[in-house]
Amino acid sequence: MRLARVLGGVRWYLRELTGENQYERYLRRHGVTHPQAVPLSRREFERQRVDRADNRPGSRCC
Amino acid sequence: MTADTTTSPPTGRSRPTLRTVITWTAVAVVGAVAWGMIALSRGEDISAIWLVIAALGSYAIAYRFYAKFLVRKVLRVDDRRATPAERLDDGVDFQPTDRRVVLGHHFAAIAGAGPLVGPVLAAQMGYLPGTMWIIFGVIFAGAVQDMVILFFSMRRNGKSLGQMARDEIGPFGGAAALIAVFSIMIILLAVLALVVVNALAHSPWGTFSIAMTIPIALFMGFYMRVIRPGRVVETSVIGVSLLLLAIVGGGWIQDSGLAGAFTLSPETLAICLVGYGFLASVLPVWMLLAPRDYLSTFMKIGTISLLAVGVLIAAPVLKADAVTSFASTGAGPVFAGKLFPFVFITIACGALSGFHALISSGTTPKLIQKESQVRLVGYGAMLMESFVAIMALIAACILEPGLFYAMNAPAGFLGATAESASTAVATLGFTITPQDLTAAAAAVQEQTLVARTGGAPTLAIGMSEIFSSVVGGESLKAFWYHFAIMFEALFILTTVDAGTRVGRFMLQDTLGNIWKPIGRVSWKPGIWATSAVVVLAWGYFLYTGVTNPLGGINQLFPLFGIANQLLAAVALTVATTILIKSGRLKWAWVTGVPLAWDAAVTLTASYQKVFSDDPRIGFFAQRERYADALDQGKLLAPAKNVDQMHAVVTNSTVDGVLAAFFAVLVIAVLANAALVCWRAVRAREPLPSTETEFVESKLTAPAGLFPTAEERRELAAVGAKSGGGDAAP
Repeated sequence: MRLARVLGGVRWYLRELTGENQYERYLRRHGVTHPQAVPLSRREFERQRVDRADNRPGSRCC
Repeated sequence: MTADTTTSPPTGRSRPTLRTVITWTAVAVVGAVAWGMIALSRGEDISAIWLVIAALGSYAIAYRFYAKFLVRKVLRVDDRRATPAERLDDGVDFQPTDRRVVLGHHFAAIAGAGPLVGPVLAAQMGYLPGTMWIIFGVIFAGAVQDMVILFFSMRRNGKSLGQMARDEIGPFGGAAALIAVFSIMIILLAVLALVVVNALAHSPWGTFSIAMTIPIALFMGFYMRVIRPGRVVETSVIGVSLLLLAIVGGGWIQDSGLAGAFTLSPETLAICLVGYGFLASVLPVWMLLAPRDYLSTFMKIGTISLLAVGVLIAAPVLKADAVTSFASTGAGPVFAGKLFPFVFITIACGALSGFHALISSGTTPKLIQKESQVRLVGYGAMLMESFVAIMALIAACILEPGLFYAMNAPAGFLGATAESASTAVATLGFTITPQDLTAAAAAVQEQTLVARTGGAPTLAIGMSEIFSSVVGGESLKAFWYHFAIMFEALFILTTVDAGTRVGRFMLQDTLGNIWKPIGRVSWKPGIWATSAVVVLAWGYFLYTGVTNPLGGINQLFPLFGIANQLLAAVALTVATTILIKSGRLKWAWVTGVPLAWDAAVTLTASYQKVFSDDPRIGFFAQRERYADALDQGKLLAPAKNVDQMHAVVTNSTVDGVLAAFFAVLVIAVLANAALVCWRAVRAREPLPSTETEFVESKLTAPAGLFPTAEERRELAAVGAKSGGGDAAP
């Protein structure tokens, strides 16, 4: 049981760190702010998310 | 310290329990014993474990006491105040993120090749000066800078360093800071690319493995875009597996008929890198940049953790001297100049890095949930970076000094063969037989280790020693060596990609003020032109570094260090100015003392680089020496022909002018800031605040890595497990 909890924690951390959870976050947010409108599909959402990064490069340090 | 209830918000300060007192006393004693072992043992072998204990003990004390003092008394963090992430939460740029995740993001962004390469080169001075600066420098300067800039940026809705310089110091200071950032970035990219070139030159194994990262990244990008949108973890697992396969595959390629195709000269590699940098800058992010970034983040965190475990298990013995004679003579072959100021310039990133101020005033302040978390994210992440630097220093210092110098002295000094290198190293007062040198190269299946400068190959040899003594023994040495090379090259190339792109945006932004179309981020010719300018700028320095007979690293690394430390001076100036302008003159020493030290070190180094009569140190003295010889029709070693003589003259001139230019920029910023501070001190009324308005926070989240008992009760009261946003399981 303990191992399962640790693995669950690792999975949670990796999903948070890589932004894999962002779509679920978006759906929750969308449900609250625009309950009537149809949310974006995952494919469309991820496309928009990565394309936004085109014009705001994150700095990586030395 | 007494509790100051008038200035500090209620952060739940209570009397220390007996257990706390005993624990912290024990930490202090163990740390002090380790320091004693390092500092006092002479002439006997000392275990690397003592360095690790001294570092961890010092970090713990600094984090618990000094950082807490900074947060409470100097910055006066206020958890009742909503952070920009909470107030402006838009689910895109601003979003309150779990503190441990922000720590991961921030660490991945600040950690790069700098703390790995700098300490390796600084091992020329012995392990003691490097260890002391890495640990004390981070505690009193580096981590303070990162945290203070992060906090000030957070109180200003995540403003960038350049914007803060303009707002606090004035338009002139802002413009100087912007030019400094851009030119420093160019030198940084050139030097990092040079490290990669030196690591891959004439090495089919390394070149193949690194070349494979491009198709792997393209595949990952395609997979995440088309096949399984957004499944980053799954894609990264596939990517890392392919990467390990590419390292193993490099060994096969080396023994096959394809070896010739991947055996490239430094010049060819430099041209390939420039072309690659251009492509990475103009291609959409999803194709190359984003997947590479995931790959390099995972490799970075994984390998660094592996190295820490490896050092603890292997417990290697340091073979380097505590302090070498080069510290006082300044005649070291790796980089010229005495301990002061050059050891500080060379270590750079592991102790104090100006570049971190750009990250601390970039994405990170837009993610933090609670003000008090700046201690964990800003100060804590920099302590981790410093620990990486300590491990790099250990990896370099466990090598036989003879091997270290045979790898790190310039090719012009060592000659091309094991025999010539052995003779040259003997003139420095160290010994390595040609047989040992050849055997060391054969053990990692490289053609030669002579003059593999840049720090990366040395670190890789040290890491392969450590790893192979834990797993695999001699038989896996070559694998571990190329694993380490791959790990360094991978994230240097990620920095080169991202840096070129950032540089391109800065250029587009600036030029857009003069001619509108070039500023448009969707206008293709503008993108191509500005990308080309940026890659050609760093490509120029890279190419001169590769072809410089005096050794590119020997010539360019001090310039890189000076540039980085001068950027730190700009950041610390901004921080000190803000402290003084907001009525905290009493606490201005917190950033003012590191600033004074950094300015003294860096301006001394710049001064020597420009004005020294010693041709090994002063760029212009060197220029004169070679120019005079040219006039008399003579050739000076290590130059072999007239073209190389001309190359030395041109490079020395350009490098000297740049060193002077950086110093003048920073002196201008310092003078401007001093004027602003003087006015602020003289002002009768407090100056208007540049912070955003107070808004009450509704979030509850712990401050440190582990929630305290009180924080647990607060979290339970609001029904959250671990903090706002998405709760941890």
